[in-house]
Amino acid sequence: MPSKLLKGGVALFAVLLSAVTQADWTLNMPQGVTDISDQVYSLHMLTFWVCVGIGVVVFGVMFYSIIKHRRSKGAVADNFHESTAVELAWTLIPAAIIVYIGIQAFPVLKNMYDFEDSELTVEIVGYQWKWRYTYLSDDPTQQVSYFSNLATPAEQIRNRTDKGENYLLEVDEPLVLPVGSKVRFVLTAADVIHSWWVPQLGVKKDAIPGIVNESWTIINEPGIYRGQCTELCGKDHGFMPVVVQALPQAEFDEWMAGKKEEAAKLAELTQKDWTYDELMEVGESVYQKNCASCHQANGEGLPPTFPALKDSPIATGDVMAHIDIVVNGSAQNPAMAAFGPQLSEVDLAAVITYERNAWGNDTGDMVTPVDILNYNAGQ
Amino acid sequence: MTTTTHDHHDDHAHHGPAKGLARWLFSTNHKDIGTLYLWFSFAMFFLGGVFAMVIRAELFQPGLQLVEPAFFNQMTTMHGLVMVFGAVMPAFVGLANWMIPLMIGAPDMALPRMNNLSFWILPFAFAMLASTLFMEGGAPNFGWTFYAPLSTTYAPPSVTFFIFAVHIMGASSIMGAINVIATIINMRAPGMTWMKLPLFVWTWLITAFLLIAVMPVLAGVVTMMLMDIHFGTAFFDAAGGGSPVLFQHVFWFFGHPEVYIMILPAFGVVSAIIPAFSRKKLFGYSSMVYATASIAFLSFIVWAHHMFTVGIPFAGELFFMIATMLIAVPTGVKVFNWVTTMFRGSLTFETPMLFSIAFVVLFTIGGFSGLMLAVAPADFQYHDTYFVVAHFHYVLVPGAVFSIMAAAYYWLPKWSGRMYNETLGKTHFWLSFVGVNVTFFPQHFIGLAGMPRRIPDYAVQFADFNMVSSIGAFLFGASQLLFLFIVIHTIVAGKKAKAKPWDGAEGLEWTVPSPAPFHTFDTPPKVD
Ligand code: HEC
Ligand SMILES: [Cu+2]
Repeated sequence: MPSKLLKGGVALFAVLLSAVTQADWTLNMPQGVTDISDQVYSLHMLTFWVCVGIGVVVFGVMFYSIIKHRRSKGAVADNFHESTAVELAWTLIPAAIIVYIGIQAFPVLKNMYDFEDSELTVEIVGYQWKWRYTYLSDDPTQQVSYFSNLATPAEQIRNRTDKGENYLLEVDEPLVLPVGSKVRFVLTAADVIHSWWVPQLGVKKDAIPGIVNESWTIINEPGIYRGQCTELCGKDHGFMPVVVQALPQAEFDEWMAGKKEEAAKLAELTQKDWTYDELMEVGESVYQKNCASCHQANGEGLPPTFPALKDSPIATGDVMAHIDIVVNGSAQNPAMAAFGPQLSEVDLAAVITYERNAWGNDTGDMVTPVDILNYNAGQ
Repeated sequence: MTTTTHDHHDDHAHHGPAKGLARWLFSTNHKDIGTLYLWFSFAMFFLGGVFAMVIRAELFQPGLQLVEPAFFNQMTTMHGLVMVFGAVMPAFVGLANWMIPLMIGAPDMALPRMNNLSFWILPFAFAMLASTLFMEGGAPNFGWTFYAPLSTTYAPPSVTFFIFAVHIMGASSIMGAINVIATIINMRAPGMTWMKLPLFVWTWLITAFLLIAVMPVLAGVVTMMLMDIHFGTAFFDAAGGGSPVLFQHVFWFFGHPEVYIMILPAFGVVSAIIPAFSRKKLFGYSSMVYATASIAFLSFIVWAHHMFTVGIPFAGELFFMIATMLIAVPTGVKVFNWVTTMFRGSLTFETPMLFSIAFVVLFTIGGFSGLMLAVAPADFQYHDTYFVVAHFHYVLVPGAVFSIMAAAYYWLPKWSGRMYNETLGKTHFWLSFVGVNVTFFPQHFIGLAGMPRRIPDYAVQFADFNMVSSIGAFLFGASQLLFLFIVIHTIVAGKKAKAKPWDGAEGLEWTVPSPAPFHTFDTPPKVD
């Protein structure tokens, strides 16, 4: 009876083990599209096969004993119980294997830490629960900067519609990078620790508030590469994907020029005369993107952690207090971040107007981009 | 302990235990306190298990079905805390209480009243921790590693109760450790020299030193959190001159030895059981002792391998990578010794042996993934994914937990005076063995394929293996109800056990009757 069960166990184990090797193409670490990710993959496979080798020997001896040296087969116990030579051998051989793996790992690690000679630097800032990408430039007015949010609709997450192909791994605006040139990342965070990971690039680095980390990549092939935040960062930690779109240099330059034009247009928009309806329309989309994860789409929040804005004292009270908390954040509770540095004047004005009039708040107040400019100037 | 010779001192040996609740509340008897610890740990194992079931149920399919993300985070946090501090650690302290005096021929633990105190503060700590689930803002939701600032500036109000609970658990562990050390150093029977100590005693002695070294560090780190939260300091806040990375250094300086605290006594258990059912002396006893000591030493200089991605300098990465890989050497020595003990033995496969063999195999698999994780460049890909989840569950569940189950089956006849039912025991083993592997083996794959840990919902390509993993978890969870049944059935209806129910077993514990009388070794045995 036990031998049958044992054989069953061995068989199961064999199946599981063979699954490891057969499943290479979907279930192993990706080889990726950078030299680093490729080298890391080789290291991973090296240690994997070393482990398999050791496992075969050790478990081989063990199962041999289990099958041959059982009392039910009449085995009589030997009484050897010491051998310095054997002990020495199985201390030194594994030590040598480790030194070998260490030597293989050294150049890869060294390479990962070589941040010199980059052609482009992107600042990555983790926020609860989105990323901000800024293409650093010597001229700050020429800097392109934007947020990247989860694009998967709540209907899919709540199982009300079918899930798309890139469920939870899609964003409204990916990080766009040129192929073939060295891009340096500088990472930090605005609130808690996040970690920026794209498996295909072999890049993972923690984004820590108050600390600036570095990493880099050279992408070899154009394409779209998906990853996620990997450091627990609160409620929506599972909902802050990373998407990188790698473009050939010429297309990248084109994209960059378009982005700069957009920024110039936005500056004009601030000065334009906005109507209530226009503000409400923009406000709703800004709200869904930036505020609904905490205050909820229906404005009812998740009390006591995230207050309701429907009928809330600030959203239906003094306009200045409302602008203040959205622009500067809450002094009491860091979860309500300062949105001044995150949103444009247009977006700020629109979202505040929206909050003051949606869900039956109906204050009739209208806050314009120019009001925000004046508010900031007066600060 | 010299007062026992006074004649007016009443002779405890002829008193039975007190009656009713008083027996347990005021007990200073190592066996009763051991029993309390073991039942407490069993209860926490089920509580932590319920949290695990919630997690696996939510992860059964992609999408949010059962719980909200905020509650999911509370479940992962509470699962980890309860299993580490409530189930595994107290179980080993329970085993130490029961077995160390019996193994070294001592009448009791050296500090019996402290023993009572160190147990009885635990239920309060865990009641307080569990009560946070019903507090406004919910239970701790920042993971069992509670990284700042998520656990300080951004924590729910219940974090203060969490801190207090951790303090109490730490005090309990430190007292338990002092007791173990005092007992082993002072109360060995004449002739029980250091190199005759059973390995379980050795591993616990070393574990106790680890506990005394690192539990104060844990107390320190939660106190720094408390100060940051309530008293305006900024240890972990860069804006005030502190650093969130400091938190991780301090936490892992505790946390890494902590994982050895949970595995060294397991080594001791398995080193008792494998020779017993191989009917052959443990191979390489002295190298086992030295290997344990080297593992304990190395455990202090590898902590930053949990932090390869936080941006430590190149030299740091290199040092921690090499130091971590070195741990594989003494750990390997242990595995080779166990296998060689079995080689040319006369093996039988009673339940304790099955659990021990599974321990050796599956713990080794956990060790392999540990070696892979140690390779710093590769760790950038593995870190904080399900690959890590698979790794530490392999060393903790079929590692630590299986060894505790092996110990329970092995010594239950001594504790209860009755034999468990072998068929039921084997059934429990095979269900657990299959359950554990079906749960955790696929997690290697989804981790390598890119699924981060601690997420309530996942991309569709991870769906199949998550479902398999959940099914395995339900099976494993359900089989533990069988374990509970077996233990109760043994105690109330098992066949009477002999003083030494295992023909190959060795050690002083088998020289006393089964069940072990309330007082044993009032006169020290002679060891030769
Ligand atoms: C990460 C969660 C989070 C997000 C995202 C968030 N808030 Fe808040 N918000 C809070 C919390 C928490 C408070 C309570 C702050 C306090 O107690 O001082 C709050 C308070 C407020 C208040 C004051 C409510 C009152 O009457 O007390 C307003 C107005 C507000 N938020 C607007 C916004 C806007 C506009 C956005 C989007 C641009 C937004 N919030 C996004 C968490 C959030
Ligand atoms: Cu994050």
